[in-house]
Amino acid sequence: MIPFDFDYYKPSSVEEAVRLFESLRQQGKQPMYFSGGTEIITFGRLDYLYTNAVIDIKGISKCQMMTFKGENLYLGAAVSLSEIEEANLFPLLTKTSSEVADHTARTKVTLGGNICGKIFYREAVLPFLVSESEVVIASREGEETRPILDVFQKSLQLEEGECLVQLVTNKKMIEAANISIKRRRQWDTGYPVITVVGIKVDGQLRVAISGLCSFPFRAKEMEPFLNDTKRPLEERVSLAIRHVPAEVLHDSEASSDYRMFVLKNTLLDVFEGLEMEEVR
Amino acid sequence: MTKVAVTLNVNGEESEVLIRPADTLLDVLRENLGLTGSKPGCLNGDCGACTVIVGKKPMKSCLMLAIEAVDQNVTTIEGLTDATVQRAFVEHFAFQCGYCTPGFIMNVHSLKENHPEADGETIKSWMDSNICRCTGYEEIEAAVKSVLYGGQEHHKR
Repeated sequence: MIPFDFDYYKPSSVEEAVRLFESLRQQGKQPMYFSGGTEIITFGRLDYLYTNAVIDIKGISKCQMMTFKGENLYLGAAVSLSEIEEANLFPLLTKTSSEVADHTARTKVTLGGNICGKIFYREAVLPFLVSESEVVIASREGEETRPILDVFQKSLQLEEGECLVQLVTNKKMIEAANISIKRRRQWDTGYPVITVVGIKVDGQLRVAISGLCSFPFRAKEMEPFLNDTKRPLEERVSLAIRHVPAEVLHDSEASSDYRMFVLKNTLLDVFEGLEMEEVR
Repeated sequence: MTKVAVTLNVNGEESEVLIRPADTLLDVLRENLGLTGSKPGCLNGDCGACTVIVGKKPMKSCLMLAIEAVDQNVTTIEGLTDATVQRAFVEHFAFQCGYCTPGFIMNVHSLKENHPEADGETIKSWMDSNICRCTGYEEIEAAVKSVLYGGQEHHKR
């Protein structure tokens, strides 16, 4: 049982949702946008978070969008991960998000919820980081489209009252050779030791990683070494992993040394997998 | 405590219930409607003991607010009457203590409705959502396979 009460609102437009958020703030409330709501429900039960008003965005058609318009794919923040899997419009995202939680939970977990969540893995963001997608964010000033690499710094940097509406990805990125590898300590369900996502665009490998540090990241500092084709592959990977952007996690999932061991081998697997993908 | 009156459609019947918006579907099914077939297990979306069907999809009722189920059709284990999956679980003795059984059955029933010809990979992906603490997985697997492909085993692993 969630030990506190909250009011529940289900607006039908983005404008209504952001207006509602502002109005609730003015009344002294602590509103939260609610998409799949799995973290709000489970963390709320444990008293890890508090809200006294939730704004469910699942009734907003823009947040439920899952369609190509011209050269771009628009995915709404309230689309569930299982819907993404079934539609399979973005195969790299399908592969990555289908490893999040389990099938039944993914009927509730949404794209926006996973990306904006408190649980730091946020693996659904990885395909968008390597694809250099854009995000549509709504605020009381209206909607704005911004590059995800500008907005996602460890987590999605939203101002109070801002709402993630959609993610926009160019078809060229969706069609690029790609791979997603999730390594767990054991079993086929659960959190990763690390997850690595890679795509090859114009001959250059782009990589994004979750589980290695306390936040998911696009491995911009590592990529020049990975793409230095003058060196042997093992050396490229060994040099690249010296440029991890933050402290490597050392916790019950894995020690930092083991994570680095897994990272090195997973990057080698990324190269091998992409070669096979390109041959196909 | 502020309560709101909402109408839920559960097992084909409409019921008006007075709930807190913070109440989970699992709590309302059990406490307000007396439908205790959906079991509280981890309450964290991990074990699947509370699985029901919302619309046509399996749903962990501990991960859903009851208020989110307004205007949707909810089916609980009490809403199945001699379903093929239920019979298969009995015939294959696919339970030990039985606590996880309603959740397994609801998930398999939904799988059968959505993918009557599910391949091995799909079956595995769906069934990873439920945990049997007695580890009676062999019998559960046999029951699941018996209701897909009309009992013909056809698996890609």
